[in-house]
Amino acid sequence: MCSFECLFRQGKLRLQKWYVPLSDKEKKKITRELVQTVLARKPKMCSFLEWRDLKVVYKRYASLYFCCAIEDQDNELITLEIIHRYVELLDKYFGSVCELDIIFNFEKAYFILDEFLLGGEAQETSKKNVLKAIEQADLLQEVRHLMKSMWGR
Amino acid sequence: MEAVNLLSSNKYTEKQIGYLFISVLVNSNSDLISLINNGIKNDLASRNPTFMNLALHCIANVGSREMAEAFASQIPSILVAGDTMDSVKQSAALCLLRLNRTSPDLVPMGEWTARVVHLLNDQHLGVVTAAASLITTLAQKSPEDFKTSISLAVARLSRIVTSASIDLQDYTYYFVAAPWLSVKLLRLLQCYPPPEDAALRSRLTECLETILNKAQEPPKSKKVQHSNAKNAVLFEAIALIIHHDSEPTLLVRACNQLGQFLQHRETNLRYLALESMCTLASSEFSHEAVKTHIDTVINALKTERDVSVRQRAVDLLYAMCDRSNAKQIVAEMLSYLENADYSIREEMVLKVAILAEKYAVDYTWYVDTILNLIRIAGDYVSEEVWYRVIQIVINQDDVQGYAAKTVFEALQAPACHENLVKVGGYILGEFGNLIAGDSRSSPLVQFNLLHSKFHLCSVPTRALLLSAYIKFINLFPEVKATIQDVLRSDSQLRNADVELQQRAIEYLRLSCIASTDILATVLEEMPPFPERESSILAKLKKKKGPGNLPDIDDTRWNVNGSAEHSEDTESTNKSPPSLMADLLPTNRPRPASSSPTLLSAGTMGSSHPFTDLLNLNSTPSAGASLLVDVLSDISTPAPITVSEDNFSRFVCKNNGVIYEDQLLQIGLKAEYRQNLGRIYVFYGNKTSTQFLSFSSSVTSSDTLKTQLNVHAKAVDPTVDGGAQLQQVVNIECLSDFTDAPVLDIQFRYGGTLQKIAVKLPVMLNKFFQPTEMTSQDFFQRWKQLGVPQQEVQTIFKAQHPMDTDVTNAKILGFGVALLIGVDPNPANFVGAGVIHTKNTQVGCLLRLEPNTQAQMYRLTLRTSRESVSQRLCDLLSDQF
Repeated sequence: MCSFECLFRQGKLRLQKWYVPLSDKEKKKITRELVQTVLARKPKMCSFLEWRDLKVVYKRYASLYFCCAIEDQDNELITLEIIHRYVELLDKYFGSVCELDIIFNFEKAYFILDEFLLGGEAQETSKKNVLKAIEQADLLQEVRHLMKSMWGR
Repeated sequence: MEAVNLLSSNKYTEKQIGYLFISVLVNSNSDLISLINNGIKNDLASRNPTFMNLALHCIANVGSREMAEAFASQIPSILVAGDTMDSVKQSAALCLLRLNRTSPDLVPMGEWTARVVHLLNDQHLGVVTAAASLITTLAQKSPEDFKTSISLAVARLSRIVTSASIDLQDYTYYFVAAPWLSVKLLRLLQCYPPPEDAALRSRLTECLETILNKAQEPPKSKKVQHSNAKNAVLFEAIALIIHHDSEPTLLVRACNQLGQFLQHRETNLRYLALESMCTLASSEFSHEAVKTHIDTVINALKTERDVSVRQRAVDLLYAMCDRSNAKQIVAEMLSYLENADYSIREEMVLKVAILAEKYAVDYTWYVDTILNLIRIAGDYVSEEVWYRVIQIVINQDDVQGYAAKTVFEALQAPACHENLVKVGGYILGEFGNLIAGDSRSSPLVQFNLLHSKFHLCSVPTRALLLSAYIKFINLFPEVKATIQDVLRSDSQLRNADVELQQRAIEYLRLSCIASTDILATVLEEMPPFPERESSILAKLKKKKGPGNLPDIDDTRWNVNGSAEHSEDTESTNKSPPSLMADLLPTNRPRPASSSPTLLSAGTMGSSHPFTDLLNLNSTPSAGASLLVDVLSDISTPAPITVSEDNFSRFVCKNNGVIYEDQLLQIGLKAEYRQNLGRIYVFYGNKTSTQFLSFSSSVTSSDTLKTQLNVHAKAVDPTVDGGAQLQQVVNIECLSDFTDAPVLDIQFRYGGTLQKIAVKLPVMLNKFFQPTEMTSQDFFQRWKQLGVPQQEVQTIFKAQHPMDTDVTNAKILGFGVALLIGVDPNPANFVGAGVIHTKNTQVGCLLRLEPNTQAQMYRLTLRTSRESVSQRLCDLLSDQF
């Protein structure tokens, strides 16, 4: 099971998702420590590291690092591909995603993550199905917008 | 609050934002939870799949106990209902999983569990993916309830593995069929042993073989995602193969596959291959196969750029090490240690030390290795490591000379690590005489060499060196004057450090006053150490935590000691974790049980040579000086003092445990009739190791011998681990007595002689016969025994609550008859009985008057014999 996931660039946390209950203070401490550890690693190094009693799997896309902390028994490679699939989903949804998309549409990034991963486990691995769910939700949203503007608010 | 309003809104946008806010910002113990729960409840009941999903996601994200209380019973029914949409089922499954993790007690098991298993058969692969995670977690907790999932999982896996890559449409990921689902199914199967059903088992084996075969096929895509997904499944399959550990062919194939990965250009794969191989090395089927890759792994250690990969290589080398390749591996690890990363040095030092000890064929190699270790990475050599080398040198006669020579040579280096000075000081102090014949290492040279390091060392090391010096005085009388000069110098006698000062003073006095014989006794060579679990291993275990040490836990430590020692892992019990006590570095007390020379000296002679010595010290502050350490005994009960802790508890009862320590428990069962008695003594071996040369006999003082005949039957000389031995002791009472016989027990445990002495609870009152009599008779006799010498009276304070029933029971247990209604005051206790001895019978009357207000008792005894009255009074007055 994935314990938590976070997305960051040099010192700035862009997205975090926790699948184990922790206090805010602990979360802050963990992320600070983890960001430092990961940033200190050189390119060519392997994408896994033992960290406390967890394993951290990370991957860098442009300037953004995607990190996943998993438990001892979990499969590192498949977690690496979870990260990749999430990036693909973002990419497909936003159309060649960039950091700004995540900053300004962070709620979408969270919705996509919820559709894909729930409680730290893969829920739906089909790209099509995840995006379909998000599009349906968007549709509902847009209808409401439309209705609102028709009523001339 | 606004968020809760949004949540309850009918508008999707608002609802969605409300949920998002709650999921991200509300942690699980917010007080808004009850309001939120209400909104969620409405959405779950709405039958609108989008709303339901939002609600389920929110529960899964927050996952608090309150939410579990509110929804844990509702979600299973959503999950297994026939008309639920697929996407809702998926969310419900994982939502339930989260709740089960946070508050397992709140998720009811029920008939839904059986139906959940069948989700593995679902048409929709997304549902299967989500359900597989849930079932795995549930199966880990109660494997029996989910056993049916094995066959379903194998069937599903087999269909995925054999499908053409396009069959699964969108669930195919870079030409790999449903990699996530495959990994989850393989993981689920790791909750169980290999299937018992032969058909099922062969089907699973086929699947695993197919997965291994696929690894050999040319890649269908050059993308890294393709190979990652494929290898993710492969590694999980290998994990399952290792978990089953039953198919040698599969294990060897897995090992070969990992061997290929060891040289792969992807760092990730090399890392994972090293990690998996570590577990493979512990399987008997694949250990040999793993060993063939030793050169590659050593190469990885040298060339790998990433420290975490090198760390894995070290782990693997440690795991694959055995007698055949130990020398090579230890040498490689040592050479790597010179430029290893600081973060892993300490762990490596421990590993090298353990391997060197575990697989040492000859001890010279072992000593060389450890000294090298100290030379290369002295700062990282913890105390346990150098304690251990000294233990081994002391226990192995054949290596002592070599060790002395080697440390002597190593100390020649202009700069050597303090740990080396410690080892050197200790070993030369014990065995310097073995190399003193050579003029290049004559006593004076040895001393000067050690003393040249003295001023550069810390206080504990100096203290150790001082002890080495006094040992030198014993070993080499010719350097006595030189050493005395050193001890006499102001820098020692007036040292600011109390410990050093005291040692210097005591040693100086000792060397001046004691005769050669006494010196030789006091400064005798250290006796062998009792064998126990290697302290280094304990340290490494503590460092890594259990489970991270493949192949080691069940290993016996066969380096040290003779055959009878080697099984003694239990002996850790004897002096629990204080590993420091293993040796005598500075101010640690040494377990007396392991220094039989000194103790036997104490038992042999009536004049104790060392007590005299101790008296020389004006203020022997306990624990601070070496002498006191050796002679006094702090950590274990002294074998020679007679244990009588429980003695008085047997005055009023006949059965119970009389003595207990970490090794041995002694129980008693006694019966008496008239002047005869029989005691069954039960010796329970609490360890898992045999006690050897076990003997136990009863001794009495000379006076007692004329009063009491005691005969103990002989016992078997061995007591198996965990077993009990019974001994019968027959007793005849000749005349009244006050002393008690002593049970002397001796046995060898782990090479050391254990001596225990226990006072046997044979007291005069055991030979009572109760006598019933009327009030009139009682007072008549009471008056007859009116001579002042015949009466003994004592007044004492109650040590226990004054309970009438307890007191009654105690008086009965004492052996007299309790006479009711004799005393005009009903609160008083009156008893009568006759003591039977071979020569005479002694009538005895007693009266106990409690005063509850003052919490006092007055006890009066009248017998025809003064000594009997006194003894009985002493015995009984202790009981209340």
